[in-house]
Amino acid sequence: MSFFEGLRFRRVSSPIHRLDPRVKFFYVCVLFVMAIMFGGTLKNPELLPLIVLFFIQMPFVLVAGVKREWIRSMRGAMFLAIFIFVFNFIFQFISGSYDSFALLLEYSFSMTLRFLVLVESFSIFFLTTSPDHLGLALEQSHVPYEFCFAFTTAVRFVPVLADEAQTIMDAQKARGLELERGNFIKRIKNYIPLLIPLIVNAIRRSLELAEAMESRAWGATEKRTNLYVLTLRNPDYILVVLSVFMLILAVYVRFFLPVPSLTVLLHI
Amino acid sequence: MIEVKDVSFTYPNGVEALHGVSLKIRDGEFVAIMGQNGAGKTTLVKQFNGLLKPTKGEVVVDGVNTREASVATLAQKVGFVFQNPDHQLFCETVEDEIAFALKNFGFKENTIKKRVTWALNLLDLKQYSKTSPFMLSGGERKRVALASVLAWNPKVIILDEPTIGQDQNQKNRLQQFVNQLVTQGKTVVIVSHDVEFVAECNPKIVLMVEGKILAEGSAKQILTNSYLLTQASIVLPQIAQIFTGLAGLGLPTDVINVHEAKKVLLDFMEVDS
Repeated sequence: MSFFEGLRFRRVSSPIHRLDPRVKFFYVCVLFVMAIMFGGTLKNPELLPLIVLFFIQMPFVLVAGVKREWIRSMRGAMFLAIFIFVFNFIFQFISGSYDSFALLLEYSFSMTLRFLVLVESFSIFFLTTSPDHLGLALEQSHVPYEFCFAFTTAVRFVPVLADEAQTIMDAQKARGLELERGNFIKRIKNYIPLLIPLIVNAIRRSLELAEAMESRAWGATEKRTNLYVLTLRNPDYILVVLSVFMLILAVYVRFFLPVPSLTVLLHI
Repeated sequence: MIEVKDVSFTYPNGVEALHGVSLKIRDGEFVAIMGQNGAGKTTLVKQFNGLLKPTKGEVVVDGVNTREASVATLAQKVGFVFQNPDHQLFCETVEDEIAFALKNFGFKENTIKKRVTWALNLLDLKQYSKTSPFMLSGGERKRVALASVLAWNPKVIILDEPTIGQDQNQKNRLQQFVNQLVTQGKTVVIVSHDVEFVAECNPKIVLMVEGKILAEGSAKQILTNSYLLTQASIVLPQIAQIFTGLAGLGLPTDVINVHEAKKVLLDFMEVDS
């Protein structure tokens, strides 16, 4: 559940929180593209640029004041990160197509770090963007209102579902369910008593929500207006320019400069 | 016996739900834990079967420290019926639902069959044995949840907010049922802020405020003490309100339920006439 905590928005104010969500999303996409661009191959892993990408985001975390939540989301991602590391390592080790042990390690590590960079950027985005803002951003990007609403509702209900999952888990444990018991197949089966009540309740809740909305005249007017209108301000332009600059730089480095692997650089 | 020794509990998100709570629940005792929302009632009873382990202090159930036993082991002694039956029902038939815990605890096939039939009869659910629990009404679902816990015959039964969303008939049935369990020698713990229901059941009361135990005592002592109840944001049961109001007439003030009130009033009128 700690992973969800890392994506849960808390209402605080900071320069990062005040940025336009569309701009922030653009920044996240740029980081996403950059993280995919680097990583390298087994012959020449590119850990350096990923390290840069990882630390380049630290100022955002600090300025936004979400250090604790950010650490929690990183901790939540650790399980999958270790999984990625181990699998890359094992499969490349078995394939035997690596030149040196150090290169193999660096490659596995860069694949893991790439994942962490992605989680990090999304985590910052969700930690500093309220669901309302997000919906507003979608709406003002001319996404049909129904989709925006569905999206914001889904985001808003994540913590509710997480709480409910915890209660269901307690209720079934009290009836002797042991999640950690049995072989692999049995362990997966152990989750059925959790998933069915969770899904049934989610569907029930959505029907109730639909009724409650209709009784408050949802969709009565064709054209909706908003109380708040998003406008780009100076900090937003700065972030756009910064993101574009980073992207151009990354593309330049990618195509015109050799990216040495850490192993080669350090002569290991 | 359940012994709670100076237990404090803090949730991972930093909420301190219990502060130095000590409590003893003897075998066969009938206890109601009362207090307003957020007083720590549910957090306290979740310590009894190890769903939550104390941050400080310890909870000992029949000589076993909850820290040293799994929930599954403790659950065989301490049955916990959750507030909302929809948080646990998942099987295709009521029968399977009741058998679920029995299978988890490793009962033998024919024992499971016997126990399921026993539980179905006990809660008057026999006609629904092959029905999907999702097709039943709220009150019936609650009974299925109850049956699914009673089936393994735990020594201690915890009922978390048993009266929420139940109509008066269901409440009366539940009350009879709880009394039946108590006469059978079970330890029953109910968590509730339904003061009328508790007054009718007449258990020992543990009053909680902000993660601490404010008072312990018989239903008569606690439910007629408006000073204590105000602190716990609970109002006097209606019968107690009437009798406190009529104290000037020479009526006793420690009457909390209908049955008793009737008796006292009849006696009073006889003396009068």
